[in-house]
Amino acid sequence: MNDTGNGKIVFHVENLTKTYHMGEVDVHALRGASLELMEGELIVLLGPSGSGKSTLLNILGGLDTATSGYVAYRGRELTRATEKDLTDYRRYHVGFVFQFYNLIPSLTARENVAVVTEIARAPMKPEEALALVGLTERLDHFPSQLSGGEQQRVAIARAISKNPQVLLCDEPTGALDSQTGMVVLEALERVNTQLGTATAIITHNVDIAAMADRVIHLSNGRISEVTSNAQRKSPREIQW
Amino acid sequence: MLKENPRVRYSGETMKALDRKIWRDLWRMKGQVFAITLVVISGAATYIMFITTMHSLESTRSRFYRDYNFADVFIHLKRAPENIKEKIKDIPGVKHVETRVMAGVKLDIAGFNEPVTAHILSIPDDGNPLINKLYIRRGRLADPTKDNEVVVNENFAQAHQMNIGDQFAAVINGKWKKLTVTGVALSPEYVLIMRPFAMSPDFKRYGILWMSRKALSRAYNMEGAFNNVVLTLYHGFNENDILRQLDNIVDRYGGFGAYPRSQQLSHRLLDEEFNMLRTSSKIFPGIFIFVAAFLLNVVMSRTINTQREQIAALKAFGYDNFTIGSHYIKLIILVMTAGMILGIAAGIWLGNILGGIYMEVYRFPALNYIVQPWVIVSVIIISIASALGGTLHSLWKSVREQPAETMRPEPPAKYQITILEKIGVGRLLSQPSRIIMRNMERKPIRTFLSILGIAVACATMISSGFFEDSVNFMVNIQFVRSQKEDMAVAFNNPTSYKAVYGLKSLDGVRQAETFRTVPVRLRHGRKNYKTVINGVEEGSQLHPLLDTNLREVRLPREGIVINDYLANMLGIKTGDKITVETLEGAKTIRDVPVAGLVKMYLGVMAYMDLKALNRLMKEGDAISGVYLTADSLVHDDLYRKFVDMPAVAGTIVRRNEIRNFYEVQARGILFFTFIATIMACSIAIGVVYNNARIALAERSRELGSLRVLGYTRGEISYILLGELAIIALLAIPLGFFIGKALCNYIAVALQSELFRVPMVITDTTYSLAASVVLISATISGLIVRNKLDHLDLVEVLKTRE
Repeated sequence: MNDTGNGKIVFHVENLTKTYHMGEVDVHALRGASLELMEGELIVLLGPSGSGKSTLLNILGGLDTATSGYVAYRGRELTRATEKDLTDYRRYHVGFVFQFYNLIPSLTARENVAVVTEIARAPMKPEEALALVGLTERLDHFPSQLSGGEQQRVAIARAISKNPQVLLCDEPTGALDSQTGMVVLEALERVNTQLGTATAIITHNVDIAAMADRVIHLSNGRISEVTSNAQRKSPREIQW
Repeated sequence: MLKENPRVRYSGETMKALDRKIWRDLWRMKGQVFAITLVVISGAATYIMFITTMHSLESTRSRFYRDYNFADVFIHLKRAPENIKEKIKDIPGVKHVETRVMAGVKLDIAGFNEPVTAHILSIPDDGNPLINKLYIRRGRLADPTKDNEVVVNENFAQAHQMNIGDQFAAVINGKWKKLTVTGVALSPEYVLIMRPFAMSPDFKRYGILWMSRKALSRAYNMEGAFNNVVLTLYHGFNENDILRQLDNIVDRYGGFGAYPRSQQLSHRLLDEEFNMLRTSSKIFPGIFIFVAAFLLNVVMSRTINTQREQIAALKAFGYDNFTIGSHYIKLIILVMTAGMILGIAAGIWLGNILGGIYMEVYRFPALNYIVQPWVIVSVIIISIASALGGTLHSLWKSVREQPAETMRPEPPAKYQITILEKIGVGRLLSQPSRIIMRNMERKPIRTFLSILGIAVACATMISSGFFEDSVNFMVNIQFVRSQKEDMAVAFNNPTSYKAVYGLKSLDGVRQAETFRTVPVRLRHGRKNYKTVINGVEEGSQLHPLLDTNLREVRLPREGIVINDYLANMLGIKTGDKITVETLEGAKTIRDVPVAGLVKMYLGVMAYMDLKALNRLMKEGDAISGVYLTADSLVHDDLYRKFVDMPAVAGTIVRRNEIRNFYEVQARGILFFTFIATIMACSIAIGVVYNNARIALAERSRELGSLRVLGYTRGEISYILLGELAIIALLAIPLGFFIGKALCNYIAVALQSELFRVPMVITDTTYSLAASVVLISATISGLIVRNKLDHLDLVEVLKTRE
């Protein structure tokens, strides 16, 4: 439904590199990656471990800084942002979903979402966000009382509750079985289509790529291939 | 997550892999290990300091007593012929007898314009006494052929910077005489020198002089006679029988009542000091052991918890429970080791300092500083036992679990809605505040122990301030509220009341009130106590009495008023009758009703209306001395005049007594306050910092997640530091409470006939204690805040709980 050629550019990435100094060796996580992400687009980042997917996503999310290159979010350069700019950026513009959910164990589902809505501009109500991921019945449960899939859906509700412009998901189904994973992916797809949130999903599961508008293949710190799906599949149609 | 790289490298050949892990774990926990080490050092050091000082002083004292033949029995009398000595010697159980001449003298020291008194004692003409031998620090004994040579006690010589050959004047039996110092000496009888019934030692204004028997006897017309006897006894005889027989022999020579060594002033004061050291050696190290055990418990349970998977893996490789258990025990012992070694060293060092402080007041030939091996062993055993005691639960947990169970990741921690939220306060809380509340409620025991740990630091601080507060209070009650005279002038002998007119007419004298002091033995049932009755003028302005509620009371015209501590000792209450046996003049034994109780913090005394006391003594209007107030301009003139008055035995200046009290107490109190403050800070920092570090380690993932979600550094700091702040704030009132209880315990443990420590804690002490806690908490908070600012956000997302 979203053409790559249409809409506004959300991320503009040019020749991005990232080098980690691990003791006496340098690890080149990114060796000059360039791409663009458009408004409302859903992309999947595919690649083996160490290919640089997470590094790329972390830099896009303002969690990490690049060694060289250029990243702009809606025309604002992230590569030159201060610590405070990056915090504000994460606070008001980005939604995150992680492999290990990263919920606050001492807060209920509703409160875990409220953690974000309390500090965001014009957020949804926590109940609304949890309804979007089908958790209306589990509002007052603590993480310890929820299954893995439910915990991940709370994390998605938390990520979307601020009405973010971008949703960044790092292996959102990595810790889940396929049945539960599918429910989580459906929730992500619903957010993308209903709210028009630009979404980037990291996975090493090739099958998930079928639900994307575009698939970015990474290997060895470089973008090796970009493919477009003419028709996005719904997660229900994906088997793995 | 915080990155902590083990930077320690060890050669692989010499150390087993598991042992290498210990060193790396230690390095990883270095901050916490340091905090625990501080607390262990404080505990071991205070224990060693108090115990070794006590042992050293005790052993120094008994050596001095033994080598210098300290007397077992003492008696003072009016005058007895020398041949009585043989009778005394014949009492079964008496080993040695030595008769002496002893007198009070006024001194006139050039350049020192205040009243100075001394006691002068005879030494045998053939050399050093047999009993209470002198240790000659410098110079020599007085020459028996010369009547102007004296040996002076060391404190007095130092206070006046006297050297051998220096001269000063004395009024001996009414005659002004120039004396030459031939020696500076110490005596087992005067390890601590205090004027009888004084409140504290005063080395400048009171001294002990020794003169040859021949010269002194001549001056006091005591040739062939004596007025003081000391005895040593054989073991195995009933001391009370000997005392009674001695009393019977000297009674007709004006005996003032024989008393055993246990009632001898210098000896008693030392006993009190040992009691104080013993109490301190129990209380303070006890606190530290508790805190150290608690800190280790927190750190080790956290360490073992994070190493669950490692433990499982080790078990999977075939390590048995014993090996794994002893691995952690080794770690615990290593954590304690540095603290114990440094603590023992610091304790010995501090013990030497404290011993030195004591030696300035308590005079022995030399401090025999000893560290008994069992003291060191007990420090090690107590420290390690309490450390293991504090960590046993975690250890047990670590080895008990099945490997498969531990390899599975821990499920999210269980939380619940807090009580505060259940009662409706929850709606007011933001999510971060909820996190704080629920965390504290989730681990109630740890939260409580943290609060308790910090409260103990606060309490330690209060107990250090308490000493100063109670001393100030005591001085105020004793020297300001119940003694309003500028000076007390004592006569050599009971004198007619008319003497007061002569003193009143002196220039500048404003008020004069008379008093009568009579040595007595008070009996009630089977208990008795030797003290003095102080006869005070009716409606006395200068010497008001305070009742047990510290209100001024009028002295009743009849009956006796005794202080509450003595009443308690004798088991007597208002309205009871007490038997008064006077030990001076015409000896009488009479039952007198107890008309009331009064409060006194120093000494044990009784009071009567002056006229009633005169009636009891069957004497006319006799007085022992006069309290005076006078223009401050004429004080110096008055001292001079009193030195020249033959009837005046000495003058005590109240202002000097207060100043001197502080001078003597000051160093000890300062040292103690300093030690207690350091200790309190080390506990406060140890507990708060450890809590903060553990909280940070346990929750860095959660806090990192919040940072990723857009929370600022300040906002996540609120969650962690907010919890610490609440704990610190809750700890303060609890600390006040514990501090008060601790002070109460100290006050009760230290009360004696010599002094009762009043239970007074000022607001300043409370606020100082609270400040130490808050400042320590703030410093720890800042350290953690700095770590929070460097949270690695990417790392947070990679790992699971």
